[in-house]
Order: sequence, then structure tokens, then C-alpha cells
Amino acid sequence: MVLPALVFIFIFSYLPMYGVLMAFQDYQLFGGFFNSPWVGTKHFAAFFSSPDFWTVMRNTIVISLLKLGIGFPAPILLALMLNEIRALLFKRIIQTVSYLPHFLSWVIVGGVVGSMLSTDNGSVNMLLLKLNLIHEPVSFLSVPEYFWGILVGTGIWKEMGFAAIVYLAAIAGIDPHLYEAAAIDGAGRFKQIQLITLPCIRPVIIIFMILAVGNILNAGFEDILILATNPVLRDVSDVIDTYVYRMGFLNNRYSYAAAAGLFKAIVSVGLLAAANRAARKMGSSLW
Amino acid sequence: MMKLSAGDKVLQVFIYILMLLLGFVTLYPFWNSLVISLNSGADTALGGITFWPRSPTLDNYEVVFRDSRIGQAFLISALRTVSGTLLSVLFTAVLAYGLSRHELMGRKYYMVFCVVTMYFSGGLIPTFLLLREFGMMDTFWVLIIPGMISVYNMIIFRTFFLGLPAGLAESARIDGCNHIGVLIRIILPISGPVVATLSLFTAVYHWNEWFSASIYINNPNLIPIQTLLKQILNSNIVTDQLLQAIGTNAAAQDRLSLVQTVTSKSLIMATTMVATLPIVLVYPFLQKYFVKGVLIGSIKE
Repeated sequence: MVLPALVFIFIFSYLPMYGVLMAFQDYQLFGGFFNSPWVGTKHFAAFFSSPDFWTVMRNTIVISLLKLGIGFPAPILLALMLNEIRALLFKRIIQTVSYLPHFLSWVIVGGVVGSMLSTDNGSVNMLLLKLNLIHEPVSFLSVPEYFWGILVGTGIWKEMGFAAIVYLAAIAGIDPHLYEAAAIDGAGRFKQIQLITLPCIRPVIIIFMILAVGNILNAGFEDILILATNPVLRDVSDVIDTYVYRMGFLNNRYSYAAAAGLFKAIVSVGLLAAANRAARKMGSSLW
Repeated sequence: MMKLSAGDKVLQVFIYILMLLLGFVTLYPFWNSLVISLNSGADTALGGITFWPRSPTLDNYEVVFRDSRIGQAFLISALRTVSGTLLSVLFTAVLAYGLSRHELMGRKYYMVFCVVTMYFSGGLIPTFLLLREFGMMDTFWVLIIPGMISVYNMIIFRTFFLGLPAGLAESARIDGCNHIGVLIRIILPISGPVVATLSLFTAVYHWNEWFSASIYINNPNLIPIQTLLKQILNSNIVTDQLLQAIGTNAAAQDRLSLVQTVTSKSLIMATTMVATLPIVLVYPFLQKYFVKGVLIGSIKE
């Protein structure tokens, strides 16, 4: 009875893997995989020597590192703060509110963020004008300098609450006696967070850190497609995934796009393997 | 409760303020969008709409609901969510049940076969071309079938099934129940929390997913609501929408008033709210399930 499901996996996950071969072909629409001429590494060479290559690589790496550096600690911080709240109802409300954006699609979030930042009486512009910080509305989503900030900020805003669930659960599992003992020894809340909470949830943090590192070339796809609709942003917004999409679907360069995609897949697997090795090392030093 | 020192009190106050601020920053954009959708578009254009509608009206929603494409897209999304969730959860559970049975020969190899696909994939372009060669473009099923088996969910199911007492299935087998019967009559009913969680996540995924429809579907009658919303946000088809809605079935008097009050911004916000509401209405009630679900999901690592 597992057979039908395995056949499904074979068809929809393994057959496309065969399709990566098209990165080494000049894929022709009517020839299909079998009748297109082989061209070796021509498309890889074209990708590496294209001026887009460095822009795309830089954006991919910078955006990933920003997401890792700022987006990763954010939910931990949120969990630590939520844990300090004594009023249970208040805590529940804040938590429920903080999950909300996770359950909405990027399209909706994009629409709402776009409305907030718009020059057409968007709330952010209205606020900044009232505070006299700016003198005329800024079109935030068409200024390249602001894009990385908006992208990373929106991502954190959307996922922080949901990601905090795991950390909150880890914190809830800590033995309360530890805190009592620390309090008797004169540790304030701040010291307790530093000396008990953080060390106790360290294993969870490390696991998620490793998963995040393995994911590093996934700088984003949906969020960038949604937020970077203005072509002015292309120099700062194009990452490997959006580049593959653009080349493949908008320019119909299927083989070239597949080559860029395959390059990313290979590097990602390498990073995943490296992260896994690091995991084993850290795992052994942990216990 | 322990006594708080002065420093702790400062910390407490600081955290409460920060959390209030966070709650505000999270909610306000949605609240503001709701308010704009309930305000006359012409009035919104004057600026200053923040917390309350200044010139309340349902005109924006009237135009949205008159637009047949939005109703159709809503229906497609609903169909997709229901059928996609049922099929995916059922098939994934069947696979997980099979792989949790010790008498299945070579189940280790089948596991590896499945897990590999979590790390390697053909990528966007080959998948697209394959589905096209299958002739699945522009069909409803292209939204559901390729993703029907979720290996990630399968692992969660399987972990849960392995934790159930083995005697349970055995005794049903002895009583003459076949495997499908065991799964449907015995295993699934006692797996309530996992089934609920995974159904919830799958349903949210199907309701929110817009990208696959944007590349696989051209037929305007098969576009789900999120994909339509994305198209509306990116183009000027709102204006057509407005013209279409008022052109066909409104009395002359109505037409005049709608043209005067509805703008593309107010219309976009009303459409956004229509796409948002179903989830906002249910998710707080499902909180206990998804909290549990996230934990099951993270423990398996």
C-alpha cells in the first residue's frame, strides 16, 4: 500500500532530477529532454562570466547573512522577553498577535507593507512627515538603499512570533528550582537569563543555527518577488532563485536558468554537509 | 513569588512597553488596511486615515463582491484548500503507516528514497517543463497533485505511529481488518492531534500558495484568490475591475456614486481583506494545535 505514494514521489521528485541534465543541453521546446543537442558546460560558463553573476552572488550572500545575523536572534529575544511577562492574559494576547503574520500569504503581507510604505498617504510617510523627519513622502520601495532593510525587517516581522514557539517551549522545560536557587544566591532576572535560561536552551539554539546555515543560499524567493516589483531594485534584489525564475520564465532561457539553479543546488548541498559536520562536532562538545 | 529588585522592576517595565509596541507594530498594518477598506476611497485619498474610518462605507466591498472573478477565485481557493488538504493528509498518512510497519520489506530503503527528495530536487525549471510535458498546465489538479505527498509531514506522522502501542493494530488485524481498515478505523482516530496539526498546516499552505498558479495556470477561471490578488497588486486591472463591476449590473445612480467613491487603493485593500479574513478568523482557535505541531516537527531532528 505504500507503492502508490512512492510512485508519486518518483514521478514528481525524481523525474525532475533527470531534468537537470538540460543544464548541459540547448533545450528546445519541441525536442524535449531527448532530442535537444548536448552542449557541455556552455551554460555554466555563460553564467559564471556574465556580469549578473557577481551581482546575484553578492545579493544572495548579503541577504542571507543579514537574515541569519538579525533574523535568527530575533525570536530568541522575543521568547526571553515573553517569558519575563507575569500577566498571563497579556502574554497570551501578545503571543497570539505575534503569530498572525505567519499565517498570511506573502501576497497579503506585501500588499499591507506596500500600503504602509506608499507615498499615497501611507502611514509610515504620514508619521515621518508629522515628526518633521522628512519633508516630502519617500517612495521607500523604489530606493535601492532601503531595500535590504525592508526585506529583512518584513521577514522578521512575519516569522518572529512563530519561530519563538520552540524557544518558549524549551524555556518552559527548565527546572524552576534552578531559578529559585539563583535568586537565593542574589541573582537578578538579568543574571538569571544570562546564567540559566540561555545555557539551558543552548542545544535548541544550536540545532536551529545549523539548519539555518545549511539554508544559507536560500536568500529568499517569494518575499523578493513580492517586495521587489520595481525594476529599479534589481541590482540589490536579484538572488539566485529569482534570477533563475526571471531567466527561465520571462526570458525563456530554460537551459541557462537550469544551469544557474544546478549551481546553487550543488553549493547548498556542500554547505549542508559542512553544517552537519559542524553539528556533530558541537554535539559532542555539548554533552 | 519572589520579590523583585529595583533593577528587575525596570526590566519588567521595559519589557512590557516593548511588547506593547511589538503588538502594535504587528497589528496596526492590518488594522489600517481594514480601515482603508471600510472608508470611502475618495476620502482616503485626502490622507490622514489611521485608526478609524472617517467616511465609512461598504462601497469597496460592494465592487469586490460584484466582480465575478473574485468570487470565482475565492471558490477555486476553497476547493483547492479542501481537496488538497484531504488528499495530501490521507496519502501522506497511508505512506507513513506503511513505512511504520515492521513487516514491510526494505522499508529502510524506502525511507531513504523519500528523505533524499527533501535535500535534492530537480529545481524550478525542470519541474515546470515536466509538468508541461504531462499536459498538466492549466488544470486544477496541477495545484494539488505534484505536492500531494509531503515527506516532512510523513516523517512526523511516522514518528507518531511508531510511538503507538503495537498490539493495537495487531488485535485489529487478528479480528480480520485489512491494513486500510486499521489505518482509517483505528490509527487515524487516535492520532487526533497530529492529524489536526498537519491538516491545519496543509490547509494554510493551500490557501496561501500563489506562485504555482502564477506559472502553471493561464485560464482566468482557475486562478486562486492569492494569485489574483498578486495580479491586482501588480497592475492596473483594478480599474478594469471597477469598470466591469459597475458597467454590468448596477443602476445608473449606483454607478455614479461608486465611481465617485471607490479608488484603486481602497479596492486593493478590500480585496486583501477578503483574502485574509478566513485565516484570521480561525487561527486563534487552532493555537493549541499548531503550538503542539511545531514542537512535534522540531523534535524529530
